[in-house]
Amino acid sequence: MSASHPASSNGSEPVGAAFILKKAFLSALVALGLFSLMIGVRTEAGQSGQLEYWTRFGDLASLVAAVFVGSIIVELLRLWLGPRGGLGSFVPPSVQSGLSIAGRYLAPALLIFTFLVPVIFYNQRYILDLGILVLTYVMLGWGLNVVVGLAGLLDLGYVAFYAVGAYSYGLLSTTFGLSFWICLPLAGILAAFWGVLLGFPVLRLRGDYLAIVTLAFGEIIRLVLINWQDVTGGPNGVSGIPRPTLFGIPLTPGEGGLAAMLGIPFSPTHRIVFLFYLILALALLTNWVTIRLRRLPIGRAWEALREDEVACRALGINITTTKLTAFATGAMFGGFAGAFFATRQGFISPESFTFQESALVLAIVVLGGMGSQLGVALAALAMIGGFELFRSLEVYRMLVFGLAMVLIMIWRPRGIVGHRAPTVFLEKSKSISSDLVKEGHG
Amino acid sequence: MDYFAQQLINGLVLGSIYGLIAIGYTMVYGIVGMINFAHGDVFMIGGFIALISFLVLVSIGLTAVPVILLIVLLVAMAITALYGWTIERIAYRPLRHSFRLAPMLSAIGMSFVLTNFSQVSQGARVKPVPPIVTGGYTLHEGESGFVVQLSNIQIVVVITTIVLLGLFTWLVSRTRLGRDMRACEQDQTMAALLGVDVDRTISMTFVIGAALAAVAGMMYLLYYGLVDFFMGFVAGIKAFTAAVLGGIGSLPGAMLGGLAIGLIETFWSAYFSVEYKDVAAFSILIVVLIFMPTGLLGRPEVEKV
Repeated sequence: MSASHPASSNGSEPVGAAFILKKAFLSALVALGLFSLMIGVRTEAGQSGQLEYWTRFGDLASLVAAVFVGSIIVELLRLWLGPRGGLGSFVPPSVQSGLSIAGRYLAPALLIFTFLVPVIFYNQRYILDLGILVLTYVMLGWGLNVVVGLAGLLDLGYVAFYAVGAYSYGLLSTTFGLSFWICLPLAGILAAFWGVLLGFPVLRLRGDYLAIVTLAFGEIIRLVLINWQDVTGGPNGVSGIPRPTLFGIPLTPGEGGLAAMLGIPFSPTHRIVFLFYLILALALLTNWVTIRLRRLPIGRAWEALREDEVACRALGINITTTKLTAFATGAMFGGFAGAFFATRQGFISPESFTFQESALVLAIVVLGGMGSQLGVALAALAMIGGFELFRSLEVYRMLVFGLAMVLIMIWRPRGIVGHRAPTVFLEKSKSISSDLVKEGHG
Repeated sequence: MDYFAQQLINGLVLGSIYGLIAIGYTMVYGIVGMINFAHGDVFMIGGFIALISFLVLVSIGLTAVPVILLIVLLVAMAITALYGWTIERIAYRPLRHSFRLAPMLSAIGMSFVLTNFSQVSQGARVKPVPPIVTGGYTLHEGESGFVVQLSNIQIVVVITTIVLLGLFTWLVSRTRLGRDMRACEQDQTMAALLGVDVDRTISMTFVIGAALAAVAGMMYLLYYGLVDFFMGFVAGIKAFTAAVLGGIGSLPGAMLGGLAIGLIETFWSAYFSVEYKDVAAFSILIVVLIFMPTGLLGRPEVEKV
C-alpha cells in the first residue's frame, strides 16, 4: 500500500511497506500484552463483597486493532513530514509571517472581547460562570508563570498558596467578620509569607528535587487542612463565606443593596457580572505587575536564573533574594486568586486543593509556553474550555489531559504558543581587542 | 515492649514494600537522572494485574496457594515490566536531550494517564480480595494479654523481598547487563563508545524497576487485601522519600531508606497520630533534602558547569 506512496520514494532511508507493517505488528503485540488483563478482564466487587469479573475481549480486540492502524498512520505521517516531523517545516513562511501579525493584534482583541463578554452574554449565566472559571485559571497561570516561566523554578505545590489564600479569607471573614476588601491583601500577604517559608529551605535544591519538595509541601498543607478540624473544619470545609461587596455596598436585593441605590430592579446576574469584572481586574493586575517586574532588575535576574543558575551566581546576582521574591510574588497572586475563589464559591474544602489542581495550572503554564503571558491565557482558555466541552466524558478527560501533556512535551517541549526569550540579550557578539582591557586603559 | 515488637514487625513489612518501589526510583535516577514520577502508578498497575490474574486463576479451578502465588508473581512482573518498557519508549526516550523540565512534566502526564487508565478500565471502587495467605505464629504472649504475632503473609513479604534483592544484587554486580548499567550511570557517551547499547540498557533499567514495583504491588495486595486506582500517588511519594533518604542512586540505600520510612510511619501511627502519618513522611522528605541532600549512603553530587 505504502510502496506506491509518492513520499516513500524520495525518503533517504529505505522504508518500505514491510518495515511499517512489521513495526505496526510489534506495536499491536505490545498493546495486546499491556491491555490483555487491564482491558480484557473487568473486575468489580459484587453484592456480597466478593470480587467478580467478566471478560471484554471485544474491547480488547478493537483497542489492539486501533493501535495497529494508529501505528501505521504515525509511520506514514513520519514519512510524509520527513525525519524532522515538526509543523514548523510544514507551514510556508508567508503564512508564518501572517500568523505573527495576527499574534500582535490577538492580545488586544482578546482583551476587548473579554471586557464585552458580560454585555454580550448577559442572559447566559452558564457562559458567565465559565468565563469566571477560565479567568481564575488565567490568573493562577500568570501567577505560577512568575515562578516557573520567569525564574525557572518547577513548583508542583502551587495549589497550596491558592489554598492559603482561600482559607485566609474564609476563616478571617467567618471568624472575625472582616470584609473581602480587607482580606484580599491579607490573603495575598499570608500566601506570600508561606511562599517565603517554602522558599527558604528549598533554596539549595534544583530542578527535580525542588519539584518533589514543593509537591510534598502542597500535600502537607492539604493534609493539615483535612486533619486540623478545630480550625479548618476538616473535610467539611468552611461554609457561609460572605459574598463580596462593591466597596461596602452589598449586591443584595432590598434596602441598602446596590440595585436599590441605583434605582434599578435587582437581578442575581449583577453579582455574577461583578465577580467577572473582579477576577478580570485581578488577573490584569497580575499581568501588569509581571510585565513591569520583568523590566526591573529583579525580573532580569529571574530570567537570568532560569537560563543558568551558575552563571548567575558568577555574575554576582543574589540567588537567595531572587528565588525568594519569585516564590513570594507567585504565591501572593495565588493567594489573591484563592480569596476570590472562596468568595465566589461561598464554601471551601480541602477537596478543591488537590495535586491535580497544581498539575492543571502547571500544564497551563507549560502548554502556553513558559514565560509567555498571552500563551498562558490561551492555554487556560483551551484547557478549561476543553474540559467543559468534554464534561460528559468525565472519566476520560483526565486520561486525555495526561496524554496531551506527554505528547506536547515530545512535540513542542517549549510550549504550543511559544516561549519568551530573555528580555535582554546581546544582539551580536563583539570582540574586544586586548589593548582595550589592558591594565591602565580601563 | 510487646507493642513495640509488634510495631517493629509491621514496620519492617511495610518498609520492604516501600524499598521494592524505591529501587525503581533510584535506579532510574542513577542512570537517566530524572525522577520517574509515574513509578508509583506502575506499582498500582502491578497491584491490579496481580489482582486480576489471581481472580482468573482461582476461577479456572486452581487451588494450590503456592502455585497460584508463583504464577501471579510471574504474570504481574512480566506485564508490569512491559508497562515500564512502553512508558520509557513513549514518554521518556524522545525527551532524553530535551530541556531539563521536559522529562519531569512528561512523567507527570504519564502518571495521570496510568491513574485514569486504570480508573476507566477497572472502575473507581476499591477492589477487596479475601485473605489469600492466612495463619501465623504467636511469638510472645504478654501478661496483659497482648499478643505479638508474625503472620504468614508477613513472612511471605519479607522472604520474597530478600530473595528478589539477592537476585537483583547478583544481576547488578555479576552480569553483563549490570556492568552496562553501572557504566551508563557513570558516563553514557563513554559507555556508548565502548560498545554498550545505551538505549537497551536504559530500557532494561525501566523494565527491572517496573518488575520490582509489580512485586511490591502484589505484596501490597496480599498484605492489605485491596487495591484501588489512586494508591500509586502516595505510595510513590513515600517510596521516593525512601530513595532520597537512602541516597538517590544507591541501591542498598533505597532498601535501607524504605525500611526507615516504613518503620517511621508505623511508629508514628502507633505512638502519635494516624491522621498525620503522611505528613510525617513528607516532612522527612523535606528535612532530608535540606539537611542531608545526599542521603544516608549517597555520594555527593558534583556540580558541573
